Amino acid sequence: MDNTILIEKSVIILVVFAITMLMAMYMTLAERKIAAWIQDRIGPNRAGKGGILQPLADGLKLFAKEEYAPDTPNKFLFVLGPTISMTIALITSAVLPWGDKLHLFGRDIILQSADINVGLLYIFAVLSVSVYGIMIGGWASNNKYSLMSAMRAASQMISYEIAMGLSIIALLLMTQTLSLREIALQQNGMNWNIFYQPLGFLIFWICSFAETNRNPFDLAECEQELIGGYHTEYSSMRMGFFLFAEYASMFVSSAILSILYLGAYNYPGMDWAVENWGVNIANVIGMLVLFIKICFFIFVYMWVRWTLPRFRYDQLMNLGWKKLIPLALFNILVTAVVILLLK
Amino acid sequence: MSLDTYSFSGRKKQVSNKKLTWLESIYLVAIAKGMWVTLKHMFRKKVTISYPEQTRPFSPVYRGLHMLMRDDEGRERCTACGLCALSCPAEAISMTAAERKPEEKHLYREEKYASIYEINMLRCIFCGLCEEACPKQAIYLTKSKVFAKSNSTRESFIFGKEELVMPLEMAIQNSKQNQA
Repeated sequence: MDNTILIEKSVIILVVFAITMLMAMYMTLAERKIAAWIQDRIGPNRAGKGGILQPLADGLKLFAKEEYAPDTPNKFLFVLGPTISMTIALITSAVLPWGDKLHLFGRDIILQSADINVGLLYIFAVLSVSVYGIMIGGWASNNKYSLMSAMRAASQMISYEIAMGLSIIALLLMTQTLSLREIALQQNGMNWNIFYQPLGFLIFWICSFAETNRNPFDLAECEQELIGGYHTEYSSMRMGFFLFAEYASMFVSSAILSILYLGAYNYPGMDWAVENWGVNIANVIGMLVLFIKICFFIFVYMWVRWTLPRFRYDQLMNLGWKKLIPLALFNILVTAVVILLLK
Repeated sequence: MSLDTYSFSGRKKQVSNKKLTWLESIYLVAIAKGMWVTLKHMFRKKVTISYPEQTRPFSPVYRGLHMLMRDDEGRERCTACGLCALSCPAEAISMTAAERKPEEKHLYREEKYASIYEINMLRCIFCGLCEEACPKQAIYLTKSKVFAKSNSTRESFIFGKEELVMPLEMAIQNSKQNQA
């Protein structure tokens, strides 16, 4: 391996990391703004113009808070909880393709940190580990509410992971590959998977709400019953890491959604742009398009949060096991039959 | 028609616990309806008043802080008759009367004046009955947007003559305007 590829990948990793962090930061502001607009309010507008410095102020506040740890025998696990949450939220982005390729300095730069041929499996593996952050944090807090929240998060994750996996199987039947780069390339020219897998998309979307612990599936952190759930005992930046991880994983799961179903960086007329404007310009536009798709999903995450009430626990389980899983199985069946007939 | 089913407001809805149909049980239609409602709210006019920059418009009959008036020559009008204190439903006003000395003729309009005049702003309900009761047109409730400022001691809310009497500059300005 030559050194150039090392530098190239390092730069990509650094940029992806920075963008994820920056997005997570400003998503907190976006969330508060959207919440305000939906409730006919203005929202934070004092820190900087239109509240643009609000995330910095929030971050500063969190850093300045006293770091308090409860009297627990699991001090190590107590710190490990937020660490896992944050790490998992960030390393998912390693296999995501942010664009096709750029032609710079006489070489093709593939805009992806790592193009592994089991990218989709990797994402699934990482996503299912993400609940351990909540579980360990809730366990180590030595608090009954936190423990209940951890149990809820775990059982919720198990229930929805199945439906999510099944909805992906139908997608795999079509794409015949696990590599995210190839899935993205296959969707060139409005061949977006959402047109072939609308039901699978819907199931995957609903499950990603549950995976990121967002409303209406945020039973793990409901204030009314569990006084904050797994982060009840956390303060200062440890708490900040939990909150930050939630936003980072929202960003990443929006990216996964756009890459798997909404055509990734492809846009109508991309081939034409490559021919007439060159590879670089076409792909920069592609990256922006992907970014817009991601922002759309993030917006919907927030929009849903400020519209729907939280599900009751039995409703959550009923929806997961009795509705989504049969639907996903039905989807696999239909996809398989159609593929067989078209052969 | 029985009273149970009659709706006085016209908005009464009969609650039913019927089993959800399959389409209802995946919630999607209801969710879409709800999302449409919130989307409409996003573009609605905001109800927030950004307080220090904007203030709520007052009613035309708004009654603000009290002011003890001066006449055209700048003399205090109040004669400490006590009718305002008598009329006050909140018992917020108290005063002490004193006799005017010959050299104080330019300060007080009548031979008797209020040496102490106090209104407890925590008790006052700004009803304006003192203004109506005053035979000398000495006390008024202004339309000033300055309120009794917040403070941590109760004593500071008892406004004395320093806070209540019309400032001399204002009296001078008023009489100039009257002459013009």
